[in-house]
Amino acid sequence: MKTQLNRREFIRVSAGVGGGLVLGVMIPAFDAYGELVEQKENEFVPNVWLRIARDGTVTILVARSEMGQGVRTALPMIVAEELDADWSKVRIEQAVASADYGSMGTGGSTSVRTSWDRLRKAGASARMMLLQAAAGVWGVKETECRTEAGAVIHKPTGRSLPYGDLVDAASKLKAPENPPLKDPKDFRIIGRKTPRTDTPEKVDGSAVFGIDVKVPGLLHAAVARCPVFGGKVVRYDDMKAKGIDGVKRVAQIDSGVAVIANSTWSAFQGRDALAVTFDEGSAASLSSETIATMLGEYATKKAAVAEKAGDVTSAMASAATKVSASFDAPFLAHATMEPMNTTAWVQKDRCEIWAPTQDPQGYRREAARLCALPEEKVIVHTTYLGGGFGRRWETDVLVEAVQCSKAAGVPVRVTWTREDDMRHDFYRPVSHHLLSGGLSAEGKLVAFTHRIVAPSITGQSSPERIKDGLDKGAVEGTVNLPYDIPNMQIEYVMANTPVPIGSWRSVYPSQNVFALECFIDELAGAAGKDPFEFRRALMLNRPRMLRVLELAAEKSGWGKPLPAGRYRGIAFSPPSFFRTPVAQVAEISIDNRSVRVHRVVCAIDCGIVINPDGLAVQMEGGVVYGLSAALKGEITLKRGRVEQGNFDDYPILTLEETPVVETYSVQSNEAPTGTGEPGLPAIAPAVANAVFQATGKRIRRLPIRLG
Amino acid sequence: MAILTLSINGTRRTVDVSPDTPLLWVLRDALGLTGTKFGCGQGLCGSCTVLINDKPVRSCVTTVGSIAGADILTIEGLSPTRSHPVQKAWIAEEVPQCGYCQPGQIMAAVALLKEKPHPSDAEIDDAMNGILCRCGTYRRIKKAVRRVAEEGGVR
Repeated sequence: MKTQLNRREFIRVSAGVGGGLVLGVMIPAFDAYGELVEQKENEFVPNVWLRIARDGTVTILVARSEMGQGVRTALPMIVAEELDADWSKVRIEQAVASADYGSMGTGGSTSVRTSWDRLRKAGASARMMLLQAAAGVWGVKETECRTEAGAVIHKPTGRSLPYGDLVDAASKLKAPENPPLKDPKDFRIIGRKTPRTDTPEKVDGSAVFGIDVKVPGLLHAAVARCPVFGGKVVRYDDMKAKGIDGVKRVAQIDSGVAVIANSTWSAFQGRDALAVTFDEGSAASLSSETIATMLGEYATKKAAVAEKAGDVTSAMASAATKVSASFDAPFLAHATMEPMNTTAWVQKDRCEIWAPTQDPQGYRREAARLCALPEEKVIVHTTYLGGGFGRRWETDVLVEAVQCSKAAGVPVRVTWTREDDMRHDFYRPVSHHLLSGGLSAEGKLVAFTHRIVAPSITGQSSPERIKDGLDKGAVEGTVNLPYDIPNMQIEYVMANTPVPIGSWRSVYPSQNVFALECFIDELAGAAGKDPFEFRRALMLNRPRMLRVLELAAEKSGWGKPLPAGRYRGIAFSPPSFFRTPVAQVAEISIDNRSVRVHRVVCAIDCGIVINPDGLAVQMEGGVVYGLSAALKGEITLKRGRVEQGNFDDYPILTLEETPVVETYSVQSNEAPTGTGEPGLPAIAPAVANAVFQATGKRIRRLPIRLG
Repeated sequence: MAILTLSINGTRRTVDVSPDTPLLWVLRDALGLTGTKFGCGQGLCGSCTVLINDKPVRSCVTTVGSIAGADILTIEGLSPTRSHPVQKAWIAEEVPQCGYCQPGQIMAAVALLKEKPHPSDAEIDDAMNGILCRCGTYRRIKKAVRRVAEEGGVR
């Protein structure tokens, strides 16, 4: 528990005890949230989020992980806006794992949305202190002062003091509890196209990813794991491995047998030279076929009702037209370009971790547990992440690194090969969907059901959180629909398998929205309506959704003629847990029995846009990641093993296959919502619906394959 | 193990490694040049692309013993001030997202533009298609390559 002392009281107490000059030396203080802030010499440290040096440099701490989504630009822009900083004097620093920052977990498209208030207040509070400090220096009223790009201005006389000159005076002030926030119309940083702060380091090889961390005395490890999920090591022979140049040690750890060497290559070679006998366990007979059969059987079991309205049974019975269809989506790997890795240095009384992680606080907790150390003795440095997409929430590679460092007594980095990554992922769950719809004689959708049969991520990681068989996460994207349907029921059947599963960019909406939006198109067809008009009619009472749908239609030229051989498809991704609706129109052609996507128009309402180019990049990223899955991605199992191993059998989209992506956002003064994931769910159904326009054939299975 | 002398970014470097070690791991682990990235280990993704005598090569499947005496150029050797025309274009087009594949993308672009100062779209596709990116930076890569060509190319 934190002591609730305010800054001034703490400084007074310190002075009383120390009896000397405390300002200007290291003194702890508390920020507006009651968090302990370490004061640094010659710097103004108003809170845990920023500090200002005498030369005017503003250092802003970023607590979320940069994995390509631009948090090291967007989050500092929010602080700098309210601070009225000179953006050219802003420097970025990655925060080490600490409870002081609130959640540092980077996922669920939450970084901007959940940091918005807190970071605005952090910047505004510091700005008020600087303004008060300047007023004090000049002996004028605060109301006669304003701030502007890194300086306080005295309005009547035009005098100005740069923030750097106010460091000492501001350090003596108490942080205001409720600093006034700017009116969005006065924003001069937020909403302006701002170059990413991480770009320069990423064009000269100097950006440090987890795999690049240099620690004196570092050794490298590779781990032989059972190819079947849940299998165990029975025995191993390491004679050949120990004969490989550079191999220092072989150790059994929880996940398998680790070879520790003086280079990554020696560790890989040593690992390959091990002879390990595994007990493959009960999952050894698992295959994609047995899983598909199981999902089919579970589809007829009692389902948990996630959401219902009206009386769907009688509405369906009396509908003029009934349509039903089933859809399937496969397991998917994340395949981050940077293979999984973590560096750990376990010492007697401390542990230091360098990791490309989406969950530094989780890594800290887990490392503390493994080392039997209090969390304060564990330092977790978050490096750049060479892609995250949900994979880097998991602590599996951290556990390996800690156990290897413990065994070797020196710092060790565990590095996975691409095959390790492909075969030991926490996969996007497989799923099977049954949908039915009833249309009135006028073609109005009067009844709708969607039954999702899929393994439960929560059911695997924290089964105690599942109530009455319902995983609320597993129905995301198909509950709280943007469509007004008088009678509807959304159901879930948990169908767990031994395959590890986890969050994969946009999580369950990545498949639920595919089934939903393909089926909505089928219903439009059955009603004899245009797919855009059919959706529009269901959204008339939801102006925010309607604007997004209409914007996509308008910008894509929906309804206007296309060149010969080109076809359009539309799909809508409901706000879901990221709270952001997106509509997409894909323009495709069929080329040699394969689908070619030429253009994707995205319309989005994510509230206030922090960095417009950052938003465009997120839509481009969501579309490309989603297209890899829609057109190519599939993890299959045979004899309990993942069959894919590298980019030859798990291909991803290439440069020449990538469409032009256009992004249009609805003007808004609402607080920002997520953008990292919402660009993904609509792309597969938009393309599938375009394929129907081209071929007259409905796509009901991912990846899209034309027979 | 063997003592090998390599010419890297215009400097002679001596390493004591087995000649069948992939160049990638010599660069990264023996020489500390970590800008060149490991992505697949099979020559499938291109993250490890470096230039050997101006030609793009997958360093993860190139043994160090096979390139003695050749001129090796890595991302670190382009410019001490990020002012190589390809780097400038990458910054101008805001290409990187996670950034992990970008050293390979940039080196492939440097090789392409050295050979063809004004590549056609098809030539860009052909030269750059094998360098994989998971974040979706491809269209910006294409724009950046075109920008270099329009602004005077690489020396």
